Amino acid sequence: MISVKFFAQLREVTGTEGFEIDALDLEGVYQVLADRYPAEVFAQLRGDNVRIAINQELVNGNRALAAGDEVALLPPVTGG
Amino acid sequence: MDSKVQIQSTEFDVARIYQELRDASAGQAGAIVSFVGLVRDRNEIAGDGAQVDTLTLEHYPGMTERSISVILEQAQTRWPVPWIRVVHRVGELLPNEQIVLVMTASAHRDAAFAAAEFIMDYLKTDAVLWKSERTRLGQTWLRSTAQDAARSDKWRQPDR
Repeated sequence: MISVKFFAQLREVTGTEGFEIDALDLEGVYQVLADRYPAEVFAQLRGDNVRIAINQELVNGNRALAAGDEVALLPPVTGG
Repeated sequence: MDSKVQIQSTEFDVARIYQELRDASAGQAGAIVSFVGLVRDRNEIAGDGAQVDTLTLEHYPGMTERSISVILEQAQTRWPVPWIRVVHRVGELLPNEQIVLVMTASAHRDAAFAAAEFIMDYLKTDAVLWKSERTRLGQTWLRSTAQDAARSDKWRQPDR
């Protein structure tokens, strides 16, 4: 199983902090999200400004996933 | 290198951290620079501009600390600042509360000043934290601003 986590506005639009799914890679995660959410929510999850972390490391592009991986969707940060 | 990152929901005591940093760098540091960020009661640029009731910070435990540690490592490759302390609050804050502390110690003041400014600029653009603001108009997530992006970009120019 892959653990998917949402933060900030993405947690609000999905109404959850996350859940576990089966997926072989990041594209597989997006397929599950596309099936689960309305198009306007999915568009936000897939937005250009959303960064992806696998096991708390930022990644670019599609990546293979292994059981137990944590995939986090991070909207633009606003700390400091 | 002696740098520490602390993420906490509770208030921090600047005097206590300053003393700890003085002790850690005793005899070797000639300068300590301290910056404290406070919650403003109005946010015209990133928020809706109405009176702020509360500011709430969300974080990603583990990744937030790591994202800040990376910033401190970058600062330490650019300037001789062996001692750094960063404390960042999370959770719900009120106007005028302390939100962030950056303290740098160095043999000389120029490195301590530059590193503190660099760290603050990158905390805005690279630290894994999200702010939301509650005003009479409702709860809104703050926008990342072009101003903040420009401030951290300027450190990437070769003359800095």
